[in-house]
Amino acid sequence: MIVDAVSWVLLTLGGFSVLIGGIGALRMPDLYTRMHAASVTDSLGTMLVLAGVILQAGFTLAAVKLAATLIFLLFTSPTAANALASAALMAGINPGLATPWRQEPRS
Amino acid sequence: MTVFIIIFLLTLLVITALAIVQTSNLFAAAMLAGIFSLISAMTFFLLDAADVALTEAAVGAGISTVLFLGALALTADHERAGTAGRLIALVVVTAIAAVLIYTTFDMPRLGDPNAPSQLHVAPWYLEKTPEYIDVPNVVTAVLASFRGYDTLGETFVVFTAGIGVLFLLGKAPVGQPKLSPAMTFAGKAGLRHYQIPRVVGRLLIPFILLFALYVQFHGDYGPGGGFQAGVIVAASIVLFALLEGEERALQALPAGLLKLLAAAGALLYGFTGVACMLLGGEFLNYSVLAHDPVHGQHYGILIIEAGVGFTVTGVLISIFHSFAARGAK
Amino acid sequence: MMDLLGLYNYWVFAILLMIGFYAVTAKQNLIKKLIGLSIFQSAVFLLYITIGPVEGGTAPIFHEGAARQVYSNPLPSVLILTAIVVGISTLALGLAIIVRIKEAYGSVEENEIREIDRQ
Repeated sequence: MIVDAVSWVLLTLGGFSVLIGGIGALRMPDLYTRMHAASVTDSLGTMLVLAGVILQAGFTLAAVKLAATLIFLLFTSPTAANALASAALMAGINPGLATPWRQEPRS
Repeated sequence: MTVFIIIFLLTLLVITALAIVQTSNLFAAAMLAGIFSLISAMTFFLLDAADVALTEAAVGAGISTVLFLGALALTADHERAGTAGRLIALVVVTAIAAVLIYTTFDMPRLGDPNAPSQLHVAPWYLEKTPEYIDVPNVVTAVLASFRGYDTLGETFVVFTAGIGVLFLLGKAPVGQPKLSPAMTFAGKAGLRHYQIPRVVGRLLIPFILLFALYVQFHGDYGPGGGFQAGVIVAASIVLFALLEGEERALQALPAGLLKLLAAAGALLYGFTGVACMLLGGEFLNYSVLAHDPVHGQHYGILIIEAGVGFTVTGVLISIFHSFAARGAK
Repeated sequence: MMDLLGLYNYWVFAILLMIGFYAVTAKQNLIKKLIGLSIFQSAVFLLYITIGPVEGGTAPIFHEGAARQVYSNPLPSVLILTAIVVGISTLALGLAIIVRIKEAYGSVEENEIREIDRQ
């Protein structure tokens, strides 16, 4: 009963943070700020939703697999965001208010 | 209750398809096609087709997107707006859609237990699989054993596609420089911008390969099997090639080895069938492979799934290398 | 009402089929046509998988315990597994042909290719 209630709360919070990430990705002015908003979905949303589902699964093999999925996602999603931001920087898209990025780094 | 989630996902599918057709940026269209595949994978899972969901996610959202991006890198970036004949096409399409929707009112509703598809052959398979094959995943039993001949044909189709792409893109066009280490992403862009993906990628690739092995051998007990495993191995090698460069990926798994793998898989499947004939049964009747028909079926399924996995791995990685090595400037 | 909702899958199948068909016939860009073809194929997969599930059923994987468990139809899954793999094979081949067309004609727009052919 308690486990059900806690997992409901976690799932709702996770869904809410995914919604926030989605709204941010739509409303933000610049590529980098949009990526930052979408990364809320990647990290907080994933953790809350998967934690809620793990609580629903109980002490079974499925919970271990879900935990492994969570760890995998926590590795890959920020890496993908980093790769995207790097690629955007290399392609010449400058962050909104910053001074323009020079092609060759100084050192 | 799941019917509402299914309806929501199907509406998303239609919206994504409309966005794909409407956008003129082909890169965005390829990404949207990946999203389309992922949403249809979710729908398939909710419609009780777990194997199909796994395959669609791996193939559609993984390999298909990579192939589109590879082709886009070699061709155009944007679609030029053409104007001829669009109104006629729109009218024809709407008319056919209206006719199709009119005919759907005769179809059985979703989940109807008295639908014709549930009444004739399906109960026989569900009843006889524990008796003849004794494998928990009925889809694998039907795919690999009851309808093994179709799967043999499918393996040959994959092999043929590999041969076709190698014919078309295997030989570099005249005047194209050979690959050199400086042409890799890491070489061109400077190491520091790709440090994080390279470190994380190197960490993850062994686990991806391990998962592919798990999927290969657990096809009997859960969703999985040869195709999915082959696609996952191909995806991990594509990740390696993206991070470390074409040169090193071709050093790790040479092109000749990939072609050998593709051919060996298809041959393994065919030879299993012939071996069954030589042992006294019919073509692809695995019951004669061991002392006991059920064990024979298990061995047969194991061997042919391995064959399918080899072929799919070899073909998909060869296709990726054909696209990636072409037009390297 | 629930009966009509149960038909929603088929309506989406019809709409997706026609969206894909429109992309194949009315668009000029060859890669757009291929993407439309893959949408068309996905619509057909949806139709087949829709006839599989049973009310109260689960995926056709036997597990211990439930003796009176109702299982969904395994056969559409088998068909569509093969169809997905064949679809990706034709997609790869089609993309390879498009790359060669680009190298030979310099363009992947159908009307421009016809112009070049006419000369």
